[in-house]
Amino acid sequence: MSGTTATRTLTYREALREGLRDALRADERVFLMGEDVGAYGGSFGVSRDLLGEFGPERIRDTPLSESAFTGAGIGAALGGMRPIVEVMTVNFSLLALDQIVNNAAAIAHMSGGQFAVPLVVRMTTGAGRQLAAQHSHSLEGWYAHVPGLKVLAPGTLEDARGMLAPALADPNPVLIFEHGSLYGLEGSLTDPPAEVALTGAAIRRPGSDVTLVAYGGSLPKALDAAETLAADRIDAEVLDLRALRPLDDAAVLASVARTHRVVVVDEAWRTGSFAAEVVALVAERALYELDAPPERVCSVEVPIPYAKHLEDAALPSAERIAAAARRTVGR
Amino acid sequence: MSDFTMPSLGADMTAGTLLEWYVRPGDAVRRGDIVASVDTSKAEIEIEIFEDGVVGELLVEVGTRVPVGTPLATILPVAGSAAAAGNGAAPATPTATPVAAAPPPASSPPTPRTVAPLAAASPPAAPPLAVPVEGHRTRVSPLARRVAAQMGIDPETVPGTGSGGAVTREDVERAATTGTTPPAAEPLVPAAAPAAPAVQSAAEPAVADRRSAMRKAIGDLMARSKREIPHYHLETAIDMTAALAWLAERNATLAPPERAIPAALLLAAAARAAAKHAQLNGFFADGAPQPAEHVHLGVALALRGGGLVAPAIHDADRLPLGELMAALRDLTARVRAGTMRGSEMADPTITVTSLGDRGADKVFGVIYPPQVALIGFGAIRERPWAAGGMVGARPTAIATLAADHRASDGHDGSLLLAELDRLLQHPEELA
Amino acid sequence: MSTTDELRTQVLEALGAIAPDADLATLSDDASLRDELDLDSMDMQGLVVGLYEATGIDVPERDYGKLDTVADTVAYLAAHRPGGQ
Repeated sequence: MSGTTATRTLTYREALREGLRDALRADERVFLMGEDVGAYGGSFGVSRDLLGEFGPERIRDTPLSESAFTGAGIGAALGGMRPIVEVMTVNFSLLALDQIVNNAAAIAHMSGGQFAVPLVVRMTTGAGRQLAAQHSHSLEGWYAHVPGLKVLAPGTLEDARGMLAPALADPNPVLIFEHGSLYGLEGSLTDPPAEVALTGAAIRRPGSDVTLVAYGGSLPKALDAAETLAADRIDAEVLDLRALRPLDDAAVLASVARTHRVVVVDEAWRTGSFAAEVVALVAERALYELDAPPERVCSVEVPIPYAKHLEDAALPSAERIAAAARRTVGR
Repeated sequence: MSDFTMPSLGADMTAGTLLEWYVRPGDAVRRGDIVASVDTSKAEIEIEIFEDGVVGELLVEVGTRVPVGTPLATILPVAGSAAAAGNGAAPATPTATPVAAAPPPASSPPTPRTVAPLAAASPPAAPPLAVPVEGHRTRVSPLARRVAAQMGIDPETVPGTGSGGAVTREDVERAATTGTTPPAAEPLVPAAAPAAPAVQSAAEPAVADRRSAMRKAIGDLMARSKREIPHYHLETAIDMTAALAWLAERNATLAPPERAIPAALLLAAAARAAAKHAQLNGFFADGAPQPAEHVHLGVALALRGGGLVAPAIHDADRLPLGELMAALRDLTARVRAGTMRGSEMADPTITVTSLGDRGADKVFGVIYPPQVALIGFGAIRERPWAAGGMVGARPTAIATLAADHRASDGHDGSLLLAELDRLLQHPEELA
Repeated sequence: MSTTDELRTQVLEALGAIAPDADLATLSDDASLRDELDLDSMDMQGLVVGLYEATGIDVPERDYGKLDTVADTVAYLAAHRPGGQ
C-alpha cells in the first residue's frame, strides 16, 4: 500500500491499456499479439502507442487467422512465455474454438498436470454499437461451459485495469471478455490502482428487496435500473459476477438469501444462456429462499440487428430490468 | 390439489396424534368444516379445514402422531372447475386455462419480425411469464411456504400480494401477527417429543402419557415465556359490591340458562379494557410489538386431573354479557368434553385467568407467548375495605396484570387496570 | 311424579354432563360436590341449568349454596318439585 493515493479520471479503454503496459513492464515474458494490435493500435484502440514503447517483438501484428495465432499463443505459453492474445470479437473467436477448447483448456488435464497453459485471450463481446450480427454476439457463456478455462468479464474500470495481472499469474488459460459498449465508459481510479481478485463476485450496490445479477456490459444497465427502482422504494442489490467460470455460487446464494428475489441480466439469448445457469443454481440450492419466481432479462432471440431501433429493442435495457424487478416484488 | 396439514393449535404444540377422521375420500368439504379430531397432548381438538374442495387421499392413519405441518390429506379442487370426483372416466384437463390468456410479458419489446425464410433461426422469444397453474392451487412462494410451515399457518388461507397474486413471506408474517390465521407458533421441532411413541392408541391415548406430555408442553411454553419475556406485574383491588348486586338483580329475573356468573362479568370487563389498550392486546413477534385489531380473549380453563388450556372467545369485547356467558359456557363444556376447535386454540390476543370462587386471592401471571399480557382475577371474597374514612367488609377481587415490557410500560398497564375497575363499578355498561 | 330415585338419577346425569371425567359411581351421597368434584361457580351454574332442563325446577341463585351434596340436592329438588312434597 502506498502512503499517498489520488484519483484520476480515465476511460475503460485506457484502464485496459494501463493494465497491459504494467504487465509488459513487469515481466519480459509477457507479449501481446493479434490482428492490428501494433501499428493500428488495436481494432478498438486498446493497444494504441504500445508498439512505440515496447517494439514489434512484444506487440505483434498477426495474419487474419484466429486459429493460427491463438495456437501460437498456446505454444508460447507451453514454452514458458506469458502471451496475451487479442481476438477482435467473440464472434471471430469461433475460428479459434478448436485451439481454445480442444487444446488450451485440455492440455493441463491430458498431460496429468505436466503442462500448464498460462495464456490470456482478450476479446470484445456484446452489442450496442451498430456493428451488426457478425460483431455483436455475447458468446462468453459458451466458454463458461468448458472446464479448464477461466472466464472473466470486467464490468468496471478497476477490473479492466486490474484483472490482467492475476490472469497472467494464473497457470490456466484465462479468457477476458471486454464488452464493446464499455470502452468509452469514464470513471475514476485510485493511483496507485488497487489490486483486484481474479474471480469472485462483488456487490456493486447493496440492497434488500431484489438481487440484480449482472456482469460486464450489463452491469451499468443493472445499476441504472437499481436507481430507477430506488425512486419507487424498491431496494435492489446489484451483484457483479466478474467471473463466469468459476462462478461464485456462494455470493449468488447469499444475496438471494437476503433479498429472496432474483433477476438475472444476460445480453446473450435466453435459451441455454448463462442466465439459465444462475437461475438453475438458485432453484437447486435456494428454492426455499425464493419469494417470487426468478426473472431473466436477456436479448431477444434474433441475430443482433444492425438498425439502431431494432438493436435497441433486442437488447436488455435498464427499463426492462426494472420492470422484471417490479414483477418479482409484485408491483 | 393442496395438502391439509396438521395445524399448530397453540404456541406449545409441536406434534399431534390423529384421533379420528370425520370425512372420507370423495367427500365435499367447505371452509370451516370439522374434518378430524387431533390429540395435541393437551386436549382433543376438532380441527377445521381452511378451503373448499373434495377430500382426495387420507395420508395419515388414525392413531398416528405426526409433527405440525405434516400433510394429513390431499384436497382436490371443488367440482366444476376440475374433474369432479366420481364424475366419470374421462378426467377433464384441469389446466384448461389457455396459455394465450396469460398476459404477454410487459417487459418484452416487440420481437423484431424476421422474414419468413429466416424464421427457423429464430426460436420463440420470451415465454409468457404467467404460466397458468393447475386447478385451484393457491400460489405460494417457496419461502412463504417454508415460513408458514414453521409458524404452523396454512398459507393457502393467506391473501397474496406478491408476483401474480402469490402469497409471499410478508403476507404470511402479516397474517401471523394480525390473527387472520393462527399466529406465530414455535418453530416445528420434530424431535421435541422424543418420548412420544410414533403411534399411540387413538381412541384412548394413555392418560398418563397425555398428562406428562401436557405437563411438558406447558412447561416448555412457560419456560419460554420466563426466558424471553421481561414481565412486569401490577395489581389492583376492586370493590365488587356494585357488580355483584347488579348481577344478582339481573339473574333474579332470568331462568337458569340465561344467568351469568361473576367470572363472565370479569371477562367482559377485561375484554373491553383490553380493546382500549392495544399495546397490551396482541403479540410480540419478529422483534417488534404487533398490536391486534380484534380482542380474542384467551380464557385459561383448568382441566380436571391437571393441566390447563386457554382457548379463545373471538371478538369478546363486542359481546354483550349474555352472549359472552353463553360462549364461556359452551367453551367450558367443550373443554371438559375435549371437543375444542383448532381456531379457538390458536389465536388468543390476550389471556385472562380467573381463579374462581374457590381460588387463591391473586394470580401472578405468566404470559402466553407470543401474547404480551395476561390478566388475572383471584377469588371474590369479603375483605376489609376502607372508603369515606370507614373500614367495612365488602366483596372484593384482586385483579393483576402481567405484561411484556417490550410492548408496554407500567403506566399503560395501570390505565388498563383502572379501566377494568371503572367498568366493574358500572356493570350496566357490560350488559 | 318423580320419585327420589328418579331425582337422584337426574342429579347424577347433570353432574356427569358438567364433569364427564368424574367417577360418579364412587361418589358418596354425603360428599361435598365442590370438594369431591372440584366444582367451581361455572360448574355449579351448569349443574343448575342441567337440573332446570331435566326437571323444570328453577333453583334461584341465593339457593345455590344449598346444593352441597348429592343428598342435599335431591332433597332440595324433592321439596321444590311441582306439587310440593
